[in-house]
Amino acid sequence: MNREKINTTAEMASEHGINREEWETILKILGRKPTYEELGIFSAMWSEHCSYKSSKIHLGKLPTKAEWVLVGPGENAGVVDIGDGLAVAFKMESHNHPSFIEPYQGAATGVGGILRDVFTMGARPVANLNGLFFGEKDYERTTYLVKGVVKGVGDYGNCIGVPNIGGQVTFHKCYNGNILVNAFTLGILKSDRIFKGKAEGVGNPVWYVGSKTGRDGIHGATMASAEFSDETEQKKPTVQVGDPFTEKLLLEACLEIMEKDVIVGIQDMGAAGLTSSSLEMADRAMSGIKIDLSKIPLRQKGMVPYDILLSESQERMLFVAKKGCEDEILKIFKKWNLDAVQIGEVTDTKRAEFYFEGEKVADIPIDGIGENAPKYSRLSKKPSRYDENRALDISHIDDLKNPDKVLLDFIGSLNLCSRKWVYKQYDQSVRTNTVFTSGSDCGVVRIKGTKKAIGMTFDINPRFCYLDPKEGTKLAVAESALNLAVCGIKPLAITDCLNFGNPEKEDVMWEFAQCIEGMKESCEAFETPVVSGNVSFYNETDGVGIFPTPSIAMVGIAEDYEKLVKNKFQDDGDEVLVIGELSGNLDGSLYFSEMMGIEKGKIKEVNLPLHKKLISLLLELSQKKLLKSAHDISDGGLIVAIVESCFGETSSIGVSLDFNSEGKRNDELFFGEAPSRVLISLKKENRKIVENLILEKGMKVTSIGTTGGDRLRVKLNGENFVDVEIRRLRERWENGFDSLFEK
Amino acid sequence: MRATVVEFLGSNCDHDMIYFSKEVLKFKTEVVWYSERDLKNPDVVFLPGGFSYGDYLRPGAMASRTPIMESVIDFAKKGGFILGVCNGFQILCESELLPGALLRNKSLTFICDYVYLKAENCDSPYTKKINKILKIPIAHGDGNYFCKKETLKELKDEGRIAFKYVSPEGNIDEKWNFNGSLESTAGILSKNKRVLGMMPHPERACEKILGSDDGKLIIESLISFAENG
Repeated sequence: MNREKINTTAEMASEHGINREEWETILKILGRKPTYEELGIFSAMWSEHCSYKSSKIHLGKLPTKAEWVLVGPGENAGVVDIGDGLAVAFKMESHNHPSFIEPYQGAATGVGGILRDVFTMGARPVANLNGLFFGEKDYERTTYLVKGVVKGVGDYGNCIGVPNIGGQVTFHKCYNGNILVNAFTLGILKSDRIFKGKAEGVGNPVWYVGSKTGRDGIHGATMASAEFSDETEQKKPTVQVGDPFTEKLLLEACLEIMEKDVIVGIQDMGAAGLTSSSLEMADRAMSGIKIDLSKIPLRQKGMVPYDILLSESQERMLFVAKKGCEDEILKIFKKWNLDAVQIGEVTDTKRAEFYFEGEKVADIPIDGIGENAPKYSRLSKKPSRYDENRALDISHIDDLKNPDKVLLDFIGSLNLCSRKWVYKQYDQSVRTNTVFTSGSDCGVVRIKGTKKAIGMTFDINPRFCYLDPKEGTKLAVAESALNLAVCGIKPLAITDCLNFGNPEKEDVMWEFAQCIEGMKESCEAFETPVVSGNVSFYNETDGVGIFPTPSIAMVGIAEDYEKLVKNKFQDDGDEVLVIGELSGNLDGSLYFSEMMGIEKGKIKEVNLPLHKKLISLLLELSQKKLLKSAHDISDGGLIVAIVESCFGETSSIGVSLDFNSEGKRNDELFFGEAPSRVLISLKKENRKIVENLILEKGMKVTSIGTTGGDRLRVKLNGENFVDVEIRRLRERWENGFDSLFEK
Repeated sequence: MRATVVEFLGSNCDHDMIYFSKEVLKFKTEVVWYSERDLKNPDVVFLPGGFSYGDYLRPGAMASRTPIMESVIDFAKKGGFILGVCNGFQILCESELLPGALLRNKSLTFICDYVYLKAENCDSPYTKKINKILKIPIAHGDGNYFCKKETLKELKDEGRIAFKYVSPEGNIDEKWNFNGSLESTAGILSKNKRVLGMMPHPERACEKILGSDDGKLIIESLISFAENG
């Protein structure tokens, strides 16, 4: 077949998202003009999504090492040692742009992609988390996007059989034009059986396995590296289509083959498909790779090399095997009904060479594309709104007067109400390991055959990050650690998903740099290095960007799952105490945002050494089995933490409280937010011993009441202030999502 | 007892069922692949849940036409015990070992939640030891049991409704019939009461740490029946 040779030009490169300077670099690297296929390869590899060109300089500042970190950033997923020959592999990734264009497939393939990243390491996926950020309730697309995304996340994970045990669902108008879908997967593996994406051993065959290649998702990575505009609807073909059934077969086949001694290196074909997987595998091994594109199983006729190289068809893997294992490999893939074909071999040329029907269509030096990849130290500038936003005078705002009614409205508001409508669409109990699931401060799975349990939590407060990106990110890491510690789980490491606007804008870059600073400080303080992650820029539509949203997912371990602490009140007659300050700050609070539409102020900074002490205190209390429940006081403040603790799985427990306002406003006391605060309940006879342990650490503790009955009663400064049936609160809380579907 | 767990392409509760059978119930457990024909001489066959063949075409339809199902059908004819859970129940209906069908949930969404089950007849091999309301998880998109009027009458007259969805207190209540099943039917039995199909997952409620171990009671009934009749 004679294909027409296309003459590439700087203008054509520009349409591929390659600027003039990058075009010149390509000419220098190749010593000639690129072929059309090569231009496609450069475009994908140097897209923001694949190259991290705007973020690399900053990401280098993050702590990534610890004694327990077996694999850090740069591989398909990070791996952390959990003792006794076991390890966990985990990563988080964004699928924001595709999910906005086509919510069901976009979200589904986001889950599919992150699952592959984890089982590629040789780990059996055992849990998923999901962070979803939608626009405001009244925005025309919100309900459609919520339904599509939740169904997409659910259908994919449910079909594969990996439980979804937590995450976050946030609504804010800053996401009207750019929703966020951040998918996290954790898998378990043996610490001496970690697989990496390396194309090693000259002459070793390169295999392709999984779904056939189609035209879906071509230039998905490039699409995800630009702002949205009116033409976004036309980008539907850049969104991939998921097939979870094939992925399930791929998962089982890969794990089965990894038990044999045949795999040298393996990588999934994610963003930029075959192009990035083959180049990255050769790059990591400092080898070369030669691939015959005519051998790739195709879904459609008439696909040209350019399409094959850049297709992002899902459920495909690339691996390098030892020579002479062909029969063993084919036998396993045949058992699982999957196509497996040899498509090339490892070379020592340090070049990526692609052939099609006997003709060389691309020949690129691998160092050239990696080391010479653009790296931008983009300009950054503090936005003027930053200082303006910090000034908040609350003296003219009326204090809380009608607490029962306000509390009912607040607890039923969209950002505070129960997320059960979402998570009941996710299988949470498959694999029979789930100990804590959505609705708890963190998700927990036990590891069969041991007493160990792995905890994982997703956290970010975008409003805080908007008001103060550095402190907001610091706090997100601190709160993640606290979410684990209240349950009795020791924090180990984090993965992140850094969702931002257009990095070519100075204020966005400033926000990004500030977030990295905050993350660095916090991760160092808690000794929770960053072991994997992802950056998603260009979350902007028609020039309007999202709030900085550096999502954090933290993973930790408990050695004995019998010692885990629940978040809900357990029995009548238990003592309720608060560790830390009783009142908080209304600046940037959810209460002001949700109930008054005020998003201003100076958020409270987290005291890292104190917070660290709090973490170890909670771990000690859980070890000694002194607590009946513990719950982090965060969104909505003290009273919300109390109400949430009243809501058991199906039944509720009331509480009678009696405390003093210590000269604070009622709204600050009830709804104010501040770091390092925990609500605990315990047997009355344990009160003294627990109080002493807290005081020894130099922390404040206040006993505020007793559980029991079916009402929430609060006596403030000796006078009755709140008296409302738990049943009524629960009804509002459980039905909060209804408002989304009433239109 | 000797148990055999059947695995189909795409089954995703197979590992859970094997763990339940082997580690919790301490059964001598064999695992057979859909393309095989030998069930390996079990006392009971477990058909696990979870999206065999991706639920493509209809849940359970493709699995019901695999070679191993011919052996399962023979095994049923000989009076063997078979428990099909979730997708396993769908496969039993598609194989016509049990009557009726599992339609889309009335909410049109997948539902994962705890349900409460009442054993309708305490004279079946699977229910004889059940003396309380069982708390067991469901996780399915197509669990809305439906059958013809005459079939329902037959099922009732013959005591073949094994479990109904009820409130935690044990009352029939549409509110607790999440998937919209006909007369809150959660599980049904074959004519000889030796084949049980149910949407809730007993294997997910087998240890206290998981939130409930009520699922074990169903198999403990079976063990007691098999031993004492």
